[in-house]
Amino acid sequence: MVDFAGYQMPIQYEGIMAEHLWTRQSAGLFDVSHMGQIQLIGEGAAEALEAIVPGDISALKPGRMRYTLLLAPDGGILDDLMVTNAGEQLYLVVNGATKHDDIAYLRENLPDSVTINHLEGEGLLALQGPKAADALARLDISGIEEGWPGPGDLYFMQSAPCRWGDVPLGVSRSGYTGEDGFEISVPAAHVEAFAEALAALDEVKSVGLGARDSLRLEAGLPLYGHDLTPETLPVEAGLTFALSKKRRGSADFAGAERILAQYPDKADRLRAGLVIEGRQPVREGAIVVDDNGAEIGQVTSGGFSPTLAQPIAMAYVPAALAAPGTKITIEQRGKPFTGIVTPMPFVPQNYHRPPKSTAKA
Amino acid sequence: MARFFTEEHEWIDVEGDTATVGITDYAQEQLGDIVFVEVPDSGSMLEKGGEAAVVESVKAASDVYAPVSGEVIEGNGALEDEPALVNTSAEEEGWFFRLTMSDTEELEGLMDAKEYKAFVDSL
Repeated sequence: MVDFAGYQMPIQYEGIMAEHLWTRQSAGLFDVSHMGQIQLIGEGAAEALEAIVPGDISALKPGRMRYTLLLAPDGGILDDLMVTNAGEQLYLVVNGATKHDDIAYLRENLPDSVTINHLEGEGLLALQGPKAADALARLDISGIEEGWPGPGDLYFMQSAPCRWGDVPLGVSRSGYTGEDGFEISVPAAHVEAFAEALAALDEVKSVGLGARDSLRLEAGLPLYGHDLTPETLPVEAGLTFALSKKRRGSADFAGAERILAQYPDKADRLRAGLVIEGRQPVREGAIVVDDNGAEIGQVTSGGFSPTLAQPIAMAYVPAALAAPGTKITIEQRGKPFTGIVTPMPFVPQNYHRPPKSTAKA
Repeated sequence: MARFFTEEHEWIDVEGDTATVGITDYAQEQLGDIVFVEVPDSGSMLEKGGEAAVVESVKAASDVYAPVSGEVIEGNGALEDEPALVNTSAEEEGWFFRLTMSDTEELEGLMDAKEYKAFVDSL
């Protein structure tokens, strides 16, 4: 157990490698109740939020969600988050370590007409993996009312209120492992019973923080506080997809001028995926060096990929060195390593996307 | 042959002035899945307390320190291809290196098996 964002959380249950591989082939259960769940209630909440995020929030239809970024006035990334149009309100999931600062920043920047409701009484569980949907279907979960979608009716990045008996659940088909799966908001009084019901299923094993990190690294997903910081801008972080077309046009979000000056390919440095030669991992804090040994970049995440059975990393490198196939020299504790720039995700994503014909719906 | 243990969770088998060094079962359990081990080259000189080997688990990198001073006779080449040997057989096949001790008096103060067990239980 370790202290993480003020919560006692397990690094592992039976072992990072086993938990990681189990999630990739079956279903892993993650307790992510440390993450911040926030409601924004009030007319104009979406438009108001758009002042400090670059995503097209007002275009989100009910039951749809979007990955976006909380931006400082200078365009630096304060957090990354999921925003859902939950009908009556917006529902945000933010990082645990930043949630209190995020809420303070939201208070500062949203008008009084928007109520900010920190859902401290809600737990959050993630069920991730190719068998997550099968497993969840074995619990008796239905749409909140007759005719409403249940968990199995959702596609990737869709959300619906559901219920497990009398217990209300907020279910979204999303996650941070690259796999199909769900994030489920559960009232704290019921979260233990619900987690136990899930963990009792044959397809499901509990997974700790260690495998959560290795899974998201393989999926090429940045981790706030490591790959993203207040000094990072969205384009150099490889998050241009989070700059919605409409918002690029209106350029009316915090730091827009500085952010759009890098759009689409004018950043001096880029977050790159690296496959490391040999078996020894490079870790966060290792440096990228040029032929003379001078520092030209930083490794922000690194570890051993259980799926690929070799070390992988994310690093900020000069844009000229960010093309796939480029060989990069990394130095860690005085020892040189070779990294090969590799497109991310390192491991193919396995999301439950809608069939092509309805993809635009 | 006598086996000694350190507070850094290494074991040392001593036969004459030859010592075989590895990490304990407790240590491998704490480290978790081991994915890389770097052992010292034969002929290198190790100082007691100095860095002798590197072990990387999925979680993190750790140093292994020389429990006694001496000249390395050989590193365990098997760990290069199969670092997980340290997980499956920490105190036998997963040994790290052998050395010729330069000062056997350095063994004084190390723990025996019973003392090490009490030490681990106290953690």
